[in-house]
This record gives sequence, structure tokens and C-alpha cells, in this order.
Amino acid sequence: MEKRVIAGALALTIIAVFFVFSIFLLHPFGDPGDVQMDDHIIVNTQNETGTNNAVTSIVFDYRGFDTLGEATILFSAVAGVIMIFRRVKE
Amino acid sequence: MTEMTKIVKTLANILFPFTVIFGLYVIAHGHLTPGGGFQGGAIVASGCALLLVAYGSRWVFTRIKEKRLAAFESIGAIAFITVALLGIVFSMMFFGNFLAGSNLLFGTTPATGSTLADFNTGGVLPLMNFAVGVKVIAGLFVIVLIMAYASSAKEWGS
Amino acid sequence: MIEYIPYIAVVSMIFIGLYAAMFRRNLIKMVIGITIIESGVNLFLITLGYREGGVAPIYTSLPPGTTYPEQMVLPIPQALTLTSIVIGVAVLALMLSLVMHIYRKYGTLDVQKIRRLKE
Repeated sequence: MEKRVIAGALALTIIAVFFVFSIFLLHPFGDPGDVQMDDHIIVNTQNETGTNNAVTSIVFDYRGFDTLGEATILFSAVAGVIMIFRRVKE
Repeated sequence: MTEMTKIVKTLANILFPFTVIFGLYVIAHGHLTPGGGFQGGAIVASGCALLLVAYGSRWVFTRIKEKRLAAFESIGAIAFITVALLGIVFSMMFFGNFLAGSNLLFGTTPATGSTLADFNTGGVLPLMNFAVGVKVIAGLFVIVLIMAYASSAKEWGS
Repeated sequence: MIEYIPYIAVVSMIFIGLYAAMFRRNLIKMVIGITIIESGVNLFLITLGYREGGVAPIYTSLPPGTTYPEQMVLPIPQALTLTSIVIGVAVLALMLSLVMHIYRKYGTLDVQKIRRLKE
């Protein structure tokens, strides 16, 4: 076979071995251990933000700055698509 | 793309209002049930993409120019940033929730524990949900419309 | 061993996506491979925040008798996954527009034939 295929297969094998070895160092599925920030958010959602939904209060109130960055990414994606397909009238 | 037969157009005419109303329900109740701005915006944008496929992209492109849709998206982004900057004016924090706990528009606080759904709660969150929902609807619809129109034009000034 | 199955599924998805992005010659197949990697990473973020026998972290009409921080699923990884999905959509839209423009100029989608800048 060519050299390119042998080198690619060797690289993928090394990456797969690293991934499988690092699976067994994570915490088991269903037992996250010591979580203090999530417990504080679940207990104090209703009297600090005034909603019933903990996920929406994280997205828009506790971490609203990330949502601002995501709105910027959506806007720049739309601007990029419009700019690629414009027609220059000669 | 060219248009489709009469059966497809009739079915798209029937399915489109239900999809839009369900998507607006998911956007508006983002602070009570699972959902919110991004998820509801994706639902309404998929309903609009159904209409685009059924009627052909040339007919839709001559009715709806993309400049108006891009302006619609900018209105959503400006409303989101305005609501965030009003938090500095009223409560000294960027993205501060100045409507929760007061008796203005969305101000009552729910009782702790399992409650029934009260729409009047939430503070500044439902306003942000509507702004992000409008932005996602306009953005996804513009992307699908431009790609569909560009793949069917006969010759393109490349 | 049973409790590591979701992580093995994540590793398989990333591996399949890497193989499709590295070893195929069609441009559309490379784009599909990148999307599969993105879906695998989103799945990994969600499975990090599961508690055994938990309900969704929403207080509207909870099933009666649930104690709140011990029996609710963690809400922070779900909020981060929402942002990641939208970023994936934006990247996919830009990649597909560039592929359409390349096809219109060169007439083919084979990577080994698009090698010189066309004059």
C-alpha cells in the first residue's frame, strides 16, 4: 500500500488507544461526585431569577455573556453566506 | 428549484400554520417548560423551509427579498443588546435582572417547590426569549433561501 | 463495564468522523465527517451530567416526592451543549457555501484534481 495509508492508519491507531485508556479515568456514568455550583443553582433558581426552569435561567441570567457571543456567531454566519453568493453586476 | 405538484402544495398549506403556532408556543413558554429562544426558532424555521421546498425557490425569492429578512434579524439582535444594557441603568450589572421581584411587567416570584405554571413570572427572561427567537427564525430562513436560490440560477457571475 | 458504554459510543463516533475526514476524496464526505465529530462531542457533554434516577431540573409539576438537589439532573452541561449545537450549525452553513462555490468554478468535487489555483 502507499505510504500515506500506512501513516494514516498508524496515527488513527495511536489516537484510538489514547482515547480508550482515558475512558477509565473518568467518573462512572451516573455518579458525578462533588458538585457544589449545580446544587447552588438548583436550590436558588426560584428566588433569585424568578423562573421555574433552571436551564433557561443559566443560559440567559447566570451565564448570559455566552449567549451574547453565540448571537454574534449566528449573525456573522449569515453575513458570510450572503457575502459569498452576491452578484457583481458588470 | 422548481415547484412541486398540487398535492404537495395543499399539504404544505395545511401544515404550515400548525408548525408556526407550535413554534411560537415553545418560544413564549421558555421560562416554564423545556424550550426557549433557540429551540422554538429552529421549529419555526423548519416550517418556513417546508414552504420554500413546496413552492419553489424562484417564486419565494421574488416575493421576499433577503434585504428585508436581514433587517428583521438585526432588529432581534438590537433588542437583545438593549435589554442587556438596561440592566446597567437599573441595577448596576450587565445582564442584570431588574424585573424579578418588582411589580412591573413580569414581576411575581413563584413559590418554592413544585408549582403550577404561572406566566407572569420570569423577570427579564421572556423578553430575551422573544428577541433571540426572532433572530434565529430570520437567520436560518435567510441561509436556506440563499442556498436554494443560488443552486438553481442558470449562470452566476463567478 | 456496563457503566462505561456511553463513553465508548462517544469514542466510536469521534473515530468514525476522523476516518471519514481523513481518508475520503469527495468534499461532501469530508464535511459529513466533521459534522459527525461535532455530534460526538455534544453527546459527551450531555452524558457528563447525569445522576442516577433523576428528573429534569424544572419545577413546573414535579412528580410528587422528589427532593430537590439530590434527585435532579445537573443543568449546567445542558446549557453549554445548546451553545455548541448553534456553533455547529453556523460552521456547517459556511462550509457548504464554500463547497458549492468550488464546484461551480472547477466542475468536479475530487480533492486530488483541485490542486492548482485556476487562472
